[in-house]
Amino acid sequence: MYGNAYIDPKDQKGKTVEGEDPVKLAEFEARILAGEKIEPQDWMPALYRKQLIRMIEQHAHSEIIGALPEGTWITRAPGFRRKLALMAKVQDEVGHAQLLYSAAETLGKPREDMINDLITGKSKYSNVFNYPAITWADSAIIAWLIDAGAIVNQLANSKGSYGPYCRALERICYEESFHLKYGHDNVVHLATGTAKQRQMVQEALTRWWQPIMHFFGPPDRVSVHTEVLMKWKVKMMSNDDMRQQYLDMYVPKIWDLGLELPDPNLRKNEETGKWEYTEPDWDEFKRVINGDGPCNAERLAVRRMAEEKGRWVRRAILGEDAKYSVPFA
Amino acid sequence: MHKSLDPRVNRAALDVEQQIEPLGELDQFQTFEVFHQKKRGQQHVHVGIVHAPNANMALLYAKEQYSRRGTTANLWVCPSSCVTATEYFDEDIFETTNEKTYRDPAVYKVMDRIKAYKERQGK
Ligand SMILES: [Fe+2]
Ligand SMILES: [Fe+2]
Repeated sequence: MYGNAYIDPKDQKGKTVEGEDPVKLAEFEARILAGEKIEPQDWMPALYRKQLIRMIEQHAHSEIIGALPEGTWITRAPGFRRKLALMAKVQDEVGHAQLLYSAAETLGKPREDMINDLITGKSKYSNVFNYPAITWADSAIIAWLIDAGAIVNQLANSKGSYGPYCRALERICYEESFHLKYGHDNVVHLATGTAKQRQMVQEALTRWWQPIMHFFGPPDRVSVHTEVLMKWKVKMMSNDDMRQQYLDMYVPKIWDLGLELPDPNLRKNEETGKWEYTEPDWDEFKRVINGDGPCNAERLAVRRMAEEKGRWVRRAILGEDAKYSVPFA
Repeated sequence: MHKSLDPRVNRAALDVEQQIEPLGELDQFQTFEVFHQKKRGQQHVHVGIVHAPNANMALLYAKEQYSRRGTTANLWVCPSSCVTATEYFDEDIFETTNEKTYRDPAVYKVMDRIKAYKERQGK
């Protein structure tokens, strides 16, 4: 899950390509235009490197933090088979984090620095994981509809220009398709079950609708900044385009199960082909992403605990001649 | 404030405000490049990296990361620092390869010659 980088609209630093060698920049842009990938050892503009590190790192954090709300359901999952499947999914998510940290690392930021930025709250991760999964149905909704959002985002990003990120995403997308099927299966099971089960899944869906609408981020402001990131194939789709694609793919499937979405204005305008909806509360989004959500504190605390409690083991097994060098690909 | 469902928070009573010493250099070890062979008889293919303190642990992590699905016959790992690579900016050193058509079996066409020869012989 979920590489939709949150770009702080107030961050004015590094927004230009000023100072870059025009010849190298032209070569770089021509390569991207020709559909070729950029590899870690290539020359690249500072802004490209910076934005990619930020985006891939946030994506990695989202995977590892995303494992937490579902992870707490492993011991409580109804039945042995679901426990096994959920364990596999959670392991995949942590594996995704590792693949993505590696991709970001090729750009020159060591994994230690990324984890430090996560646990001190300096780096962001997908906002949806600051909400709790309070019932089994919530974990089912996450596995189906949050992972579905992740897939829309990740498929778009996998066509981007940075080789290591694309390679990581290719592996990731393959595994996400299992997550989606697994989640859908769980939701269908509840939605076609007893009245109590239906109620449970409906309530979970209602709780998650706003975070889902937040998932792709606020509507993009048209800016030179966004334009250049699109030209360099760092950002592949606008937030609104991804949201439209998502609604188009999943709202019919949700309605098909007879479930209701808590937005009376949600409908597809047949003339424009676009979905119309009530804007979710973007002030809440900002508040939560900046630290004030129901689970922000505990998500980071649990990560800090894991880092700290495992530290002596890592120190004990670290070889004396260990030497770091930036990985190749 | 919702009641946490995470046993580390609600049962182990984790202090959520507690900060920790930042991770130092090599906390996450060095990296190993991983090569994966799907089946006996196939080539090993580079699939990515793992962080590990030594080669044996790297194999263990590589197994978890790169052989969760599908088939695997064999894995190799080697420290990233052991790889020597060509430079992308020297990519043009490979450019003449396409012009070396004499290396290509398909450019050797003798049938026309044989046919002409036979015609000259009055066949
Ligand atoms: Fe994932
Ligand atoms: Fe997933």
